Amino acid sequence: MQNQRHISEAINKGLKRRYRAEQRFRKLGITAIAIALLFLFSLFYAIISKGYPAFQQTYVALDITFAEEIFQGENLADANYLGLVKSTLRQMFPEVKERREKRKLYSMVSPGAAFILQDMVVDNPGLIGSTQTVWVPADDDIDMFMKGKIDPTLPQGSRRISDSQLEWTRSLQDAGKIEKRFNTIFFTAGDSREPELAGILGAATGSFYTLLITLGLSFPIGVAAAVYLEEFAPANNRWTDLIEININNLAAVPSIIFGLLGLAIFINFFGLPRSTPLVGGLVLTLMTLPTIIIAGRASLKSVPPSIREAALGVGASKLQTITHHVLPLALPGMLTGTIIGMAQALGETAPLLMIGMVAFIVDIPAGVTDPATALPVQIFLWSDSPERAFTERTSAAIMVLLAFLILMNATAVIMRKKFEIKW
Amino acid sequence: MKVRSLVIAGAVSLSLLGAHSAMAARDYISIVGSSTVYPFATVVAEQFGKSTEFKTPKIESTGSGGGFKLFCAGIGVSHPDITNASRAVKSSELKKCAENGVGDIVEVKIGYDGIVLANSKETQQMELSRKDIFLALAKQVPDPQDPAKMIDNPYMTWKDVNTSLPATKIEVLGPPPTSGTRDAFVELAMEGGAKKIDSLAALRKEDKKAFKNIAHTLREDGAYIEAGENDNLIVQKLQANKDALGIFGFSFLDQNTDVIQGSLVDGEAPTFDNIAEGNYPVSRPLFFYVKKAHVDVIPGMKNYLDEFTSEKAWGAEGYLTDKGMIPMPDKERQQFADSVAELKTMDMP
Repeated sequence: MQNQRHISEAINKGLKRRYRAEQRFRKLGITAIAIALLFLFSLFYAIISKGYPAFQQTYVALDITFAEEIFQGENLADANYLGLVKSTLRQMFPEVKERREKRKLYSMVSPGAAFILQDMVVDNPGLIGSTQTVWVPADDDIDMFMKGKIDPTLPQGSRRISDSQLEWTRSLQDAGKIEKRFNTIFFTAGDSREPELAGILGAATGSFYTLLITLGLSFPIGVAAAVYLEEFAPANNRWTDLIEININNLAAVPSIIFGLLGLAIFINFFGLPRSTPLVGGLVLTLMTLPTIIIAGRASLKSVPPSIREAALGVGASKLQTITHHVLPLALPGMLTGTIIGMAQALGETAPLLMIGMVAFIVDIPAGVTDPATALPVQIFLWSDSPERAFTERTSAAIMVLLAFLILMNATAVIMRKKFEIKW
Repeated sequence: MKVRSLVIAGAVSLSLLGAHSAMAARDYISIVGSSTVYPFATVVAEQFGKSTEFKTPKIESTGSGGGFKLFCAGIGVSHPDITNASRAVKSSELKKCAENGVGDIVEVKIGYDGIVLANSKETQQMELSRKDIFLALAKQVPDPQDPAKMIDNPYMTWKDVNTSLPATKIEVLGPPPTSGTRDAFVELAMEGGAKKIDSLAALRKEDKKAFKNIAHTLREDGAYIEAGENDNLIVQKLQANKDALGIFGFSFLDQNTDVIQGSLVDGEAPTFDNIAEGNYPVSRPLFFYVKKAHVDVIPGMKNYLDEFTSEKAWGAEGYLTDKGMIPMPDKERQQFADSVAELKTMDMP
């Protein structure tokens, strides 16, 4: 009796301390999560606040007269469209006479304006002889000014646009001939050295083809490997152990090593073309295979033995047991692993560096053997460009990449929730 | 059902591979090489792709050395046609080329690039000499008491180096050793400065190797900070750290004149005209190299060369100058345009 009271006293005495310890631990946990969220939000804030202006682009309205004498040649594409843009600008500002000033005037609109006119006329030769108001992208420096990134109060030598350009821009503003519009070029064009003409479609298409190859190869191979290792391979065999250790090790190998391997084997030995999604996909397959095999084995393991035993019990063969019962039950888990592996592959740059996918590619790839680049590579290349307008495009491209990653991971979560079976 | 669709997906992707593995002749120009020439070559490539019926050339940014390695690997569609370089080809590289059957190479100089030392606009502009640069950044400098002896660099502030400079800490952000900008900076600014010091000039006559070793080694005690290949990052760091100087190509100064200013070197400001006239001492030539054997095989090669060497591209008022490239003098430009027109090949070692 005496002894029992003694114990409960001791417990009561320590109770407060134990509660306090628990509280402390909880607070510590909440702080950790708060710090993580803070970092996440400051990252998002930095990217979004820098990147959202890139979804708008300044356009200038030009009243172009497609005079017939310009289109005398046989080939409509060979007409002097740049001259047409220049003469229109001269008409809008007839007071500009001096050569240097004229050059400044011409540099107000993007060099891409001539190609826009070219496409218009080639698509619709009926335009010849008419006058049209055409909105063409403004030069990146004018665009930066319109977005408030150039301080007009600085002395002329310290900013990218001159006093006269400033004046012209203001008079265009007064006339309603310059305005910011949704930047469709950003989503429909390939790379360009002119920020106002640069888009991510080329890089996104490259990423798509690369991931297509990766998925098409790594999923079947990964599933087959996982099924064999989990269901057929002799347990406690030295070779099985060796393979298992190697797969686990490969999952932790830095991705640049896979790039070197890809360069040596696929390009130098097999002679596959450099800079193509084909080689990129093969290299990323090597990289994602361990992830898929490990995830596949884990989900096969989670199928309870009772299912296998029941199937075998009613007379199914081993292969039937696996293909009819075990694999369908394990597939959601395998797919989740695959999607996570794909998301990892989408964000990868290092291995692509070695196989020449870090390149300037304007044309949008039409197949897996066309030269291509990938989304993260495009971000890397833009971040290194001197033009100020590429800064916001870099952030905008990061936003697009993040959107894809979130989409893929969300799909993985939804699939897991939907197909998950609790035993 | 799921298994079947899986098998179909696999079969489709395999057939996709099979169909394309038989590689046809390349119908686009493949260019590799220097990251300094990259911003200029890409502009020409884009212009070329848009204004002709040919595909836009593919340009990889591999660095000058990496470019030569790929370029000299052999002849044929799987090897690049052109390599860009921010320095002239080395004889060892030409030897490698010759070993692999790449015999006929056309060298084309395209223009100049100035290397600037810049700092934030909120502090005063620096007026440096190449000697100051050497004394501030070399790992070993002559002992002020006994010029024949070399000691570890003792200077902490710019004032220690030259009493006319401000007493701010020496802090220079620059490219890592893999960069061509660094090679050029070391050769032009550091070596140029070392030659101005009598004891080192004497050493140069006696032992060229030892002199180069001293002139080309940057200090590692934190005064020179390797800031990576990304020049935009250096510009941003200069805005945050008012005392620091940064080393990068002229085009980055040109684009950021509202926040940074270039230091005077030997009394010359890094302006477009000063570099073009050859007054500014730290400027280097830019090149590209063409495989003559590919010119008639790859569609559009001749036209690309014509575009690059046209006055509207590399001329005194061409579109490359808008991107910050410094054009060559008229006479030199004519000379290289001629050698491209007749595809004059280099002498092989």
